[in-house]
Amino acid sequence: MSDVAIKVENLSKLYRIGVEHQKSDTFVSNLVKLFTAPISNFKRIKNLSNFKDITDDPSIFAALSDINFEVKKGEILAIAGHNGAGKSTLLKILSRITEPTSGQIEINGRVSSLLEVGTGFHPELTGRENIYMNGTILGMRKKEIDRKLDEIIAFSGISKHIDTPVKFYSSGMKVRLGFSVAAHLEPEILIIDEVLAVGDVAFQKKCLGKMDDVAHSGKTILFVSHNMQAVRALCNSGLLLKGGTVFYRGSVEETTILYDKTLREQDFTNLAELTSSDKRRGLGTARFNAIDLVDSVGSVRNYYDYKEDIILKARVKIFEDMPTLFFSWMLRSGYSGEPVASSLKHKIGNNLKAGEEFEFEIKFQNILRPGEYPVYFWLGDASLNPIDVIDGITPPLVITSKMGIEVIGFDPSVNSGVITLEKI
Amino acid sequence: MQKTILTATRGWRMIDVKEFIQYKDLLYFLTIRSIKTKYAQSVLGVSWAIIQPLVTTIVFTIVFGRLAKVTTDGTPYIVFSFLALWPWNYFSGMLQESANSLVSNANLITKVYFPRVILPFAAVLSKLIDFAIAFVVVVVLLVYHKIHINYTVLFIPLLLLQLIMASIGIGLILSAMAIQYRDVKYALVFLVQLLMYAAPVVYSTNAVPENLQTYYAVNPMVGVIEGFRAGFTGKDMPWHWILPGMITSSILFVFGLFYFKKMEKNFADVA
Repeated sequence: MSDVAIKVENLSKLYRIGVEHQKSDTFVSNLVKLFTAPISNFKRIKNLSNFKDITDDPSIFAALSDINFEVKKGEILAIAGHNGAGKSTLLKILSRITEPTSGQIEINGRVSSLLEVGTGFHPELTGRENIYMNGTILGMRKKEIDRKLDEIIAFSGISKHIDTPVKFYSSGMKVRLGFSVAAHLEPEILIIDEVLAVGDVAFQKKCLGKMDDVAHSGKTILFVSHNMQAVRALCNSGLLLKGGTVFYRGSVEETTILYDKTLREQDFTNLAELTSSDKRRGLGTARFNAIDLVDSVGSVRNYYDYKEDIILKARVKIFEDMPTLFFSWMLRSGYSGEPVASSLKHKIGNNLKAGEEFEFEIKFQNILRPGEYPVYFWLGDASLNPIDVIDGITPPLVITSKMGIEVIGFDPSVNSGVITLEKI
Repeated sequence: MQKTILTATRGWRMIDVKEFIQYKDLLYFLTIRSIKTKYAQSVLGVSWAIIQPLVTTIVFTIVFGRLAKVTTDGTPYIVFSFLALWPWNYFSGMLQESANSLVSNANLITKVYFPRVILPFAAVLSKLIDFAIAFVVVVVLLVYHKIHINYTVLFIPLLLLQLIMASIGIGLILSAMAIQYRDVKYALVFLVQLLMYAAPVVYSTNAVPENLQTYYAVNPMVGVIEGFRAGFTGKDMPWHWILPGMITSSILFVFGLFYFKKMEKNFADVA
C-alpha cells in the first residue's frame, strides 16, 4: 500500500470575475442597453461556469494554476499564503465542494473538511438537534452520533443548555458546540481552515489538544492558516502558495519564514479601509487618516526582527473642536486575540480646532517575541471616551526571529514596556 | 482504504445512488429540520397545513361553485374542489420549496461536501407532512357528505407516487437552474398561479375540448387530480387521464436526476 495520502497533479481552477462594462453616455444608448441587458446578463451568467473558449478573456481569473504536490500519510501540512494566494480554492477542491477546471487529485482515505464551525446549525433547533444536523452534514451516520453524543456534549462544556434552541446561545457557545461535533469525526484525512481563530483561550487550548491527539494518531492533517504561531506549534511540514502557484514546499520553519518575508511586500496602511468609517468605532470627532509602522531608516513595513526599532507614524484629522486628544495602542495575540501589550494613554494634542490635521510619531522598543500581533489603535478624550478605534483593520505587526523558530521570551536587560513620545 | 479521484467531469451522468444511500441520515435530518423550523414560533403551528387549502377551497366553492356554477358531475363542489386543491397545493408548495432549496442552502453548498441532490429531496419530503395533515379534512368531508369509497381508493398511493415523481423531477431541474439564474424564483411565483388553470382544479375535465384531451393529459397533475377525485368518491379510475401523465412524470423524474448531476459541479462556484 502506498504511503501517499493526497497527490495533486497539474491542478488548475479558473473563475470568472466581474469586468467593468463599457459605459454608455447618451440617452439613446442607455435606452438600447435597457433592452439588451437581459441578453448580456444571460451570457454573463451562463459563462460563470463555462470555460471552453478562454484565450485572452479578461474576465478569467486563475485561482490556481498548475499545482503539483504530494502529502504523505501522517503528515501535518500547513498550507500558508496571503489573501488571494489560492488557499481557499485549494481547500474547496480538496473537500469536493467544487471541481477543478483541469488536473486531478488522488485521495487515499476518508476525508473530513472543516471550513467552518457549525455548518448547518439552525437557530430554531436545540443544541442536541443541531449536533445531529451538523454531524450528518459532515458525513457522520446517525448511529455514530448516537454513540458519541454524550462525549460530544461533555466536550462542548455546555451540557446545561443542550436542549435550548441555538438562537439563544452566545456566539462562543455555538463555536464550542460546532467544534465538539467536528472533533469527534473520525477521518483519515482532516482538512481544517482556521477554525481555531475563534472561541476563548481555554477552549482553544482544548481544541489544539484534541488536534494534537488526532495528529499523533497518525492521521493526515491539512491546516490552512494565517497564523504562523499556530502553524509552528501544530504542523510538521509546510506549503506556501503565492498567486495561485506553489511557492515553497518543505519544512514548516522555512514556510513560516518565507510567509513572513512575502508579508514584507504588503503595505501596512490599507487606505481604502482606513478612509471608510463603517468599520470604525468611536465618536468620530477625530479620525486617523493614516497609520504606518516604519523602521529606523523610514521605510514602511509591518515586519520586524526581534529587538529591531519600530516607529509608529500616524496622521489625525480633527472634525470638531476639542480641548485634548489622547492616543493609545495595543497589541493582541495573533493566537487568541487577547490583548498582550498596551501603551499608556498619551496626550497628543491641546486645544484642537476643527479641520486641523497633524502627524505624530511614537518610537517603540521592541522586545516582543516572534509572532503575529494584530494591532488596535485608539483615539480618545480626557475621560477615556473612544473617538476613533481601528481594531485589526491594518495588517498585523509581525516579529520574526533570524534564528527561525527559536522562541525569545522576556528580556530583563531591556527597559521593558517603555514607549517614548518623540514629538507631536 | 477508500480511494477518490477528483477531476473535472463532463457530460451526462446518473446521480450516485450508493452515495445517496450513504447520506440517508442527512436526508432524514434535513427533512426533520425543515419540518421543525417551519412552524417554529407560530401560534397555530401545523394547523396552517389545514387552514391554507381549506380557506382556498371555501373561497372557490363560493366563487366557482355558487356564483359561477361550475358543473361537477354530482360531487358536492366543496369535495370536488378540496380533492383538487389538496394535491395541487402540495405540488405547488413542493415546486417552490425544492426550486429554492439550493439557493436557501447556499451556505452549506459552499462549505461542505455532500450529495447536493439531498437538498431538493428533503424539501419535497418535508412537504409531505403538510399533505398528510390535510388528509384529516378529506376524511371529515367524505363523512359529512356521506360519500362512499370503494376499491379504487387503493390506487391513491400510485397517484401520490406520480405526484412526488413529477414534483421532484421538476424540482431538480428548477433548483439546478435557480442557483445560477435567480430569475427562476421570481418566474415560479406567478407561473405556479398560472399553471393551476392548466389543471382541472377549479373546473371539471368535461370542459376540455375532446380533440385537445390527449395533449391536456400530458400534464401529470391532470391525472393526479382526476385520480384523487375518482378514488375518494368511489368512481372508476380515469386511466385515459392518468397514463399520459404517468409517462411525463417518469420522464421528468429521470431527466431531473441526470440534469441535476450535470449541473451539480458548478453549484459552489455560482452560488
